[in-house]
Amino acid sequence: MKKIVSILTITTLTVGWWGCKKDSDFLDVQPTTFLTTDQVFSDPNLALTVLSDLYNRQEDLTSLDGYLQPYSNNTEPGWRTMADFSESFPSENGSSYIVSRTGWGYDAWRLDWTRAYTYIRELNLFLARDSASTGLSVADRTRFYAEGRFLRAIFYFEMARRMGGVPLITRTLDYDYKGNVTSLQFPRAKESDMYDFIISEAEAIKNDLPSDINEKSRASKGAALAMECRAALYAASIAKYGAGTPSVALPGGEVGIDAAKATGYYNAALTAAKEIISGAAGPYALYNNGGDLSDNFANLFLDKASAETIFMEDFKTGGKTHAFTTNDQPYSFSDEGGDAGRLNPSLNLAEAYEKLDNTYAPFATVDGGGNPIYYTNLQDIFAGRDARLAGTILLPDGTFKGKTVDIWAGYVLADGSIFTSDEAGHHKTLPGTSTPVQVVGTDGPVNGLELRSQSGFYIRKYLDPTTGSGRRGQGSTVAFIRYRFAEVLLNAAEAAFELGDPATAAGYMNQVRARAGLTTPLVAADITFDRIVHERRVELAFEGHILFDMKRWRLAHKVWDGAPTGLADLVSNIGVATKHSTQPWGLWPYKLYNPASPDNGKWLFKETLPALVTGTNRFLFGNYYSLIGNDVIAANPKIIRQPNQ
Amino acid sequence: MKISFRYIGVIALVASMAACKKDNYAGPSSLLSGHVVYQGEAIQLERNQVPFQIYQYGFGKVGPIGQTFGQDGAYSATLFNGNYKIIVPNGQGPFLWKQTAAGDPDTVNVSLNGNKTLDLEVMPYYMIRNPQITGSGGKVTGTFKAEKIITDINAKDIERVSLYINKSQFVSGGDNIAVTDLNGTDIVDVNNIALTVTVPALTPTQTYVYARIGLKIAGLEDMIFSPLQKVSF
Repeated sequence: MKKIVSILTITTLTVGWWGCKKDSDFLDVQPTTFLTTDQVFSDPNLALTVLSDLYNRQEDLTSLDGYLQPYSNNTEPGWRTMADFSESFPSENGSSYIVSRTGWGYDAWRLDWTRAYTYIRELNLFLARDSASTGLSVADRTRFYAEGRFLRAIFYFEMARRMGGVPLITRTLDYDYKGNVTSLQFPRAKESDMYDFIISEAEAIKNDLPSDINEKSRASKGAALAMECRAALYAASIAKYGAGTPSVALPGGEVGIDAAKATGYYNAALTAAKEIISGAAGPYALYNNGGDLSDNFANLFLDKASAETIFMEDFKTGGKTHAFTTNDQPYSFSDEGGDAGRLNPSLNLAEAYEKLDNTYAPFATVDGGGNPIYYTNLQDIFAGRDARLAGTILLPDGTFKGKTVDIWAGYVLADGSIFTSDEAGHHKTLPGTSTPVQVVGTDGPVNGLELRSQSGFYIRKYLDPTTGSGRRGQGSTVAFIRYRFAEVLLNAAEAAFELGDPATAAGYMNQVRARAGLTTPLVAADITFDRIVHERRVELAFEGHILFDMKRWRLAHKVWDGAPTGLADLVSNIGVATKHSTQPWGLWPYKLYNPASPDNGKWLFKETLPALVTGTNRFLFGNYYSLIGNDVIAANPKIIRQPNQ
Repeated sequence: MKISFRYIGVIALVASMAACKKDNYAGPSSLLSGHVVYQGEAIQLERNQVPFQIYQYGFGKVGPIGQTFGQDGAYSATLFNGNYKIIVPNGQGPFLWKQTAAGDPDTVNVSLNGNKTLDLEVMPYYMIRNPQITGSGGKVTGTFKAEKIITDINAKDIERVSLYINKSQFVSGGDNIAVTDLNGTDIVDVNNIALTVTVPALTPTQTYVYARIGLKIAGLEDMIFSPLQKVSF
């Protein structure tokens, strides 16, 4: 009995004591499944996780892991983001539309409007919360704030170069649920306002960001300046060259920039470039580790510690990886059987790489009399060229992962006829012999045979030699470089040239060219607009510049004019900015089989238009600025349509 | 259990009867068609390159029905009865579409009630007059006169003239097997321009080609053409 009483007493006491606790304390339980805004913005590591999500949502038209297609949940694979514009041939049957279409829709290259402005809103929210936070140290808060503004500026840059002026929203907008949305409808900003915004943001934040060249995947002072430099250059060239296409403009300035502003923008670009070149943002330099110049150029994209990289999208095993190497590795020694060889650079691009004496020439396939030229070794035809040729493109007989790619299209017999097979690596009996021999390379080229080279080339840039990088499960961790020092030099060269100082321009350009083995310096008189265009094309191939460069120079409608590219067109006018390039050609190696000839067993080459190339690239005036959809215009009547659409 | 089966039967019957009710609207059935013309003469274009837009009002969101003219300047659209407006966006076509004072494309109003043929009158910058295309000895020769229609401040120069030939009936800058160009600055007499193009080897062999003369106007991307002609050579 006593025992029961004591238990009762204790229980009563406990319950009573418990009940004394204030109800509000009892009910106020911290949730364990999410973090509040205050919690996140009082811990620098948590705030950084928010920021890293924002970094990850940047958009690139060209990237190694591709992008989510606008208005869809399908992913555009990384390799295909580089496969257009006649710079390469897509060796995948499902992607042959790229070379069979006759141009681009007005909606090409646009951003998903809803996704874009959701992202902008979240950036603005981040900025508001970061600046309101009390738990973060001032240093952290300032840096995060600058990074948020950097991401917002670079995203508006991406929108501007695709769509021209768009509404510039720099604060979060909230709906009051009263049925009237006019306070949320903003008109498009002027195109010049977009670039002014990017330039002023970069200037405002550059000193809040670290001047540290080891900070490559987060914003740094160098990244802000490189963005400013490129943006100013874009604005300048749109102002200058836009005058040549008066129909690509809107009366309100949403598209098109007044020609009088060109000089100011060129000066801004040159100033920003000089600030990086002078080392004020850190000791950035061209990647030059000696050894073979082509290997050095290829390694620039593989070495994440390179002093040339200013800002990159990084990848990491166990985190984010990409399938670029899986999709583009040579077929004959692919890690993944039937997954290989999709991106084949075109002859149009390959022949643009100069000879070492700074002159342009097509690859010599025939002599003056039209007879084929025979080469002892497959690579002899490529000898004496810009080192970036073999650094960007995996040539026939080129090596990757210590193995040699096997690209050749067949035998040419004594009567000039071709003896080959439609199956890569096939063995057949040559006429007059009895032993079957291989008659075509295991890496192609065979017309229509996907995943092997169909142009005679494979891509080398970004191709990852790490063991297992070609496996689907493992993937590659090669980074995509968004800004690098060589581009800054070329930006500076272009700005200096346009400001009437070709000698300075030559100085900047020669640095980039010397790294590629072009050691004969260009002098001031050599620097022409064509030279500027050419140098960017060969240095920055497959880095996401070709479309935007052609757009800002208003060359796109001339280069991609819709007329088929004949052989005579292909081999003439190399190095001329307006040379048209509407179909990707290939260069197919053949072996001579003619036991009676001294040239028996030697190589000859034929320029070949892959059979799947039936369309031509035609860039219309309406393509200069991507479509803003009717849904957007219907929801906000203040948005005006793009010109020529 | 028996009962429940009967219920299922009844429910299925009711459901299928409900499905018999018409649950759809009739599709559009009124055909609007015509050509883009100058003084009654159809303007010849490149296929799928010159767009026009049809708007219908009264349905809230405003979005155009976008289409392109055919090679012979023809267009057609199957629509519901109602009031529509048609425009050609600025900068499109080798012609000047009427504009409002604000510089927007002016509208052609259409009241549709049953099939209707409506030609769209425009002002071309140039017309190709009296085109004569003949073939002989593996060559095709075309002669014509380029008449300048717009001569006021909107006038534009000839960038080039071209003679296109193709194996099929689609003949233009994008669809051709051979072309001869003559730059506008090299034209001696606009009243008498002659172009000759050599027919390349054709596989499979055919003894005729289709030919058109095109005229490119400086600053515009769309060309104006002569009517399609079948030529034996």
